[in-house]
Amino acid sequence: MATDTYTRIEDSAAGQKLAGPVGWLDDRLGLAAAGKKNLRKVFPEHWSFMLGEIALWSFVVLLLTGVFLTLWFVPSMAEVTYRGSYAPLYGIDMSEAYATTLNISFEVRGGLLIRQIHHWAAAMFIAAMFAHMLRVYFTGAYRKPREINWLIGVGLLGLGTIAGFSGYSLPDDLLSGTGLRFVNGLVRSIPLVGSYIEFFVFGGEFPGTMIIPRLYMAHILLIPAILLGLIGAHMLLLVYHKHTQWPGPGRTNDNVVGYPMLPVYMAKAGGFFFVVFGFLALMGALIQINPVWVYGPYNPAEVTAGSQPDWYMGWVEGAVRVMPALESTFFNRTWTWSVFMPGVLLMGVLFTALGLWPFIERWITGDDREHHLLERPRNAPVRTALGAAAISVYLVFLIGGGNDIIAIKFGMSLNAITWFVRIGIIVVPIIVFMVTKRICIALQRKDNADLTHGYETGVIDRSPSGGYAERHAPLPDGDQFALTSARERLPQLESEKPAATDEGGVRNPKFRKQSLRHKAREFYFDGSVDKPTSHEMDHAAEHLEGAGEHPVTQGEDFKGISHWGVPGDHEDH
Amino acid sequence: MTDELDLKAHDPIGDPGLPEHQWRPQDVDPKQEKRTERHIAGMLGAAALLFVGFCVAYFAIPIDAVVFKTGATVGWSAQNFAFGMTLGGGLLLIGIAIIQWAKKLMGDHEIVELRHAAGSEKDDIDAVLDDINAGIEESGIARRPLIRNSLLGAMAALGLPAIVLLRDMGPLPHGHTNTVWKKGMRVVNDVSGKPIKPSDLEVGQLVNAQPAVFFETDEHGQHLYHGAELHAAKAKAAAIVVRMRPEDITPSAGRANWGVDGILCYSKICTHVGCPISLWEQQTHHLLCPCHQSTFDLADNGKVIFGPAGRALPQLPISVDSEGYLVAVSDFPEIVTPSYPELARDQKKLDKKFGGNN
Amino acid sequence: MRKLSTRRRHPIAGLLVIAFALVLAGALYSVVAPEPATAESASASEIEAGRELFLVGCASCHGLNAQGIETKAEHDGKPGNYGPSLIGVGAAAVGFQMETGRMPMAKTAPQVPVKSPNYSQEEIDQIAAYIASLAPGPSRPSDEYLDWESVDKEGVSAGGEFFRTNCTACHNSTGQGGALPDGRYAPSLVGVEPIHIYEAMLTGPQQMPVFSEEVLTPEEKLQVIAYIKQVQNQPTHGGVGGGGLGPVVDGMFVWIIGIGGLIGFAVWIGMHGTRVKKQ
Repeated sequence: MATDTYTRIEDSAAGQKLAGPVGWLDDRLGLAAAGKKNLRKVFPEHWSFMLGEIALWSFVVLLLTGVFLTLWFVPSMAEVTYRGSYAPLYGIDMSEAYATTLNISFEVRGGLLIRQIHHWAAAMFIAAMFAHMLRVYFTGAYRKPREINWLIGVGLLGLGTIAGFSGYSLPDDLLSGTGLRFVNGLVRSIPLVGSYIEFFVFGGEFPGTMIIPRLYMAHILLIPAILLGLIGAHMLLLVYHKHTQWPGPGRTNDNVVGYPMLPVYMAKAGGFFFVVFGFLALMGALIQINPVWVYGPYNPAEVTAGSQPDWYMGWVEGAVRVMPALESTFFNRTWTWSVFMPGVLLMGVLFTALGLWPFIERWITGDDREHHLLERPRNAPVRTALGAAAISVYLVFLIGGGNDIIAIKFGMSLNAITWFVRIGIIVVPIIVFMVTKRICIALQRKDNADLTHGYETGVIDRSPSGGYAERHAPLPDGDQFALTSARERLPQLESEKPAATDEGGVRNPKFRKQSLRHKAREFYFDGSVDKPTSHEMDHAAEHLEGAGEHPVTQGEDFKGISHWGVPGDHEDH
Repeated sequence: MTDELDLKAHDPIGDPGLPEHQWRPQDVDPKQEKRTERHIAGMLGAAALLFVGFCVAYFAIPIDAVVFKTGATVGWSAQNFAFGMTLGGGLLLIGIAIIQWAKKLMGDHEIVELRHAAGSEKDDIDAVLDDINAGIEESGIARRPLIRNSLLGAMAALGLPAIVLLRDMGPLPHGHTNTVWKKGMRVVNDVSGKPIKPSDLEVGQLVNAQPAVFFETDEHGQHLYHGAELHAAKAKAAAIVVRMRPEDITPSAGRANWGVDGILCYSKICTHVGCPISLWEQQTHHLLCPCHQSTFDLADNGKVIFGPAGRALPQLPISVDSEGYLVAVSDFPEIVTPSYPELARDQKKLDKKFGGNN
Repeated sequence: MRKLSTRRRHPIAGLLVIAFALVLAGALYSVVAPEPATAESASASEIEAGRELFLVGCASCHGLNAQGIETKAEHDGKPGNYGPSLIGVGAAAVGFQMETGRMPMAKTAPQVPVKSPNYSQEEIDQIAAYIASLAPGPSRPSDEYLDWESVDKEGVSAGGEFFRTNCTACHNSTGQGGALPDGRYAPSLVGVEPIHIYEAMLTGPQQMPVFSEEVLTPEEKLQVIAYIKQVQNQPTHGGVGGGGLGPVVDGMFVWIIGIGGLIGFAVWIGMHGTRVKKQ
């Protein structure tokens, strides 16, 4: 490799030519001072750290393709007669918004491709944010000092959903109009002020002429601008906090180990942009998405079977579908619970709960330390189980949202699916919670067993008496460290039980609050298994060295197998 | 809680430190290095070729050309396919090439960077507090409550124009008590605008209907309603006409003469969130909304029998005019459109108008 | 064998096991899944006259004189149908039901499914003639109203307007079909003969409403057929069509292919490649 000698950039021919302009810029911007700290900034490496990057690059693709689409799209409800090349709609009256969307799809070369890439990128943007959020949740990466970045993330997810929905509504085809009709119904179901919000947001009743232009403004200006700002803040905080990392030998809570920004991460992240863009372009080339032409123009007297929102609204759609009829009248007003509760309230509750979770968890654990090492999901059983239960709620609602498609594709009864969801939404998360928590605890036990009894080598010994036993060998030091260093010691819950009165018989004024928190702590830590103490580890080491019942001398040539079963002919780290 | 020092003491395993660095084949074998270099350059070259291919396709492929059309398949747009494959393929190759470069040829030594607490140092906090105090002191904001309070007042008042300016975003909500239906208006077939005679309809028939006014023209031959105005009116007036066997129908009190020989007319707008519904099962007489599966029984006054809708489907009383065509007897006596907060109030007004017997 | 057992804890091993289990389950399902039954056969293969065919093949449900058979009170106090009366349903109904194989019915179900017809064209024509002779009813459409290729551009788009107003709510924008309550469904219109689309509109089979000739004229019915055929023969311009099922399928693609594929790339980026001992 290093046979040829490297000329420093400032001494190279190109460097000498550039020295002038770069110096000019530095005199004015102080580039070197800014670059000094950040150019070789370290990022740890793991595939799951790139989920957020998928979202980021999808967003860039959205901006690029979106600009292209605005060159032709006209967000107008003015009535025109279609004379374009899509024959089955020839001569039909439609809005200019729909006609220009057809025009982009059939008359502008490459327009269909860019439209499809844009739509795939939107679906991908939100899906990737989702996956990223799950990664952050299940590894506890939102803990101090990253709570604010979690909140920004929740904001991004909410705004991304609104951005997606506003884009879905723009073409004014039958599907998007049906979606708007639905949202109109949601808005006006808000108790007391629903009609006011509806008339102000929609500029009157739906269908009207103002909503598409307004959504267009929100879609191409307002929301992307806020998204851009929030993404910037998200990234700045990421740089300031430095990325979290998985525990491992040499990787502690006080350092970050990985490759430098320049050149390795610049290349990997930059290359990943091209991968994401290329992948989305291939999806645009091969898979049709939202063929607006088959739906026809919006008409309030028409609808198509299988009317669905895009996937990220599917769970709300499902909740609205399975909600039993509930409408009441008091104070001379109508209260449309069956629309308001699943359609508006549920979303509010979900996003509030998401935003509050890091603070709730901190209140329970009372943990005020900074955490830069990721926690394995098994080591926070209740957190993991709550997350799994939340996912199951989401999926059950999603089944409700696709109940008509499921019914027709699998020959099932629509009503039966609806009833399954109505019952399942209560039963399934409880089961999932219990099962997940048990699995986590079992895995914690398994980790402890590996630590104190070593791993199974796959070598069977036959004892003189004819019994068989598998040899165990201690885990490599690095693995032992990885398994224990990020694992929190459990609190001594028994000793901290609050008392209603102190020794002197004086009433404890904070008793109720303290015992509530104590109950929450009992719930949170229930069943968790603590990591072995150093004493236990010393004892285990003695045992594994042969002081115990069966000998574990392995012989010169035996390399054992690693704890995950790969033969030990090469060393894993 | 046990304190942090105590926790550290309990940590069973000490940090063994970073494992020894291991080399890649490219680091030790110049041949392998050259090979990898060639692979990467090859991918980038192929990407460039694909982008040239994109341009060729742009000018060479007609917009209506179709690929993969066989007897069984309808085919895809040739342009979309060619553009996407060349563009996507090229981008993907660039990405893979750059990443491969980073993985195989760029520096491979992991770097350790130390972290610092996210919070500020004590000295920094003190310095900032000094500055803030100096600012407060020099501005005198603490000593001059008059300026401070009037400033706060002015800022708060600035909020008023900001809110008031949004007033014209929409009109104030009005009730939804009426649609374009009127006494004597003919019920016509949607799309064709043809009026309907009872004898045209068989048992089990469904007609997606509209009020005749949507098909009327003024003296210049212009439709009275068009564009957005037509949509807004349709969103409330759209109706369905169905014919059942008269003995199957169980009209509630006062509705006995709302139909003609088993022909009934209902609103097409779901009372849930307003999807137009016309999934009528002629044997069960059930009407299903395709959006959220509210199901209404048209033989039983449009009652909700399944799903989230809270109100029965409004029924339009109909009869026949002197020429024997179906006409409306009045507007809908119930509110069409999805529920809104003032619905109860508006329905009471309607009830008064229709004599309070609904 | 030792090799296999020592690799059982490799991270990919779990995935492989799951993939294998899925394939196995799929294969088992395809073997075990109930095939749609193909009905009794040959019960009427040698009988010439429609009435005789009817007596043998149809009368058990529809009555000896096609007057229908009513069961005892089923629900709501109304009598249920064992087999409905066929008096006045006309030749069009017979043609539709028998040529699409819906009749004779193989087993009771929420809805009678399409299957390959059990009767020859000649036999169906004989039965149709017999039913038509009982009482006046809709006759089979003439060829001029089935020649959808003769419909001009404007006619096709007008057919689209009728289709979207009257049909898409159940059958979906491209005629892929849709779900109805309690396991019933609006069947797919893909590949259905023009004459059967016409007869379905005319006679309202099963739960489908009737669209009589007076309300939807033969010309308009032809326009609807032309639109269905044209829209289904349009290329799926953007690529794989997803079965015309809309955003549900798109969401599936974005998670399975999109996120799945890109995570694959991410794993590749984060993976430590081959390592060697430095010489």
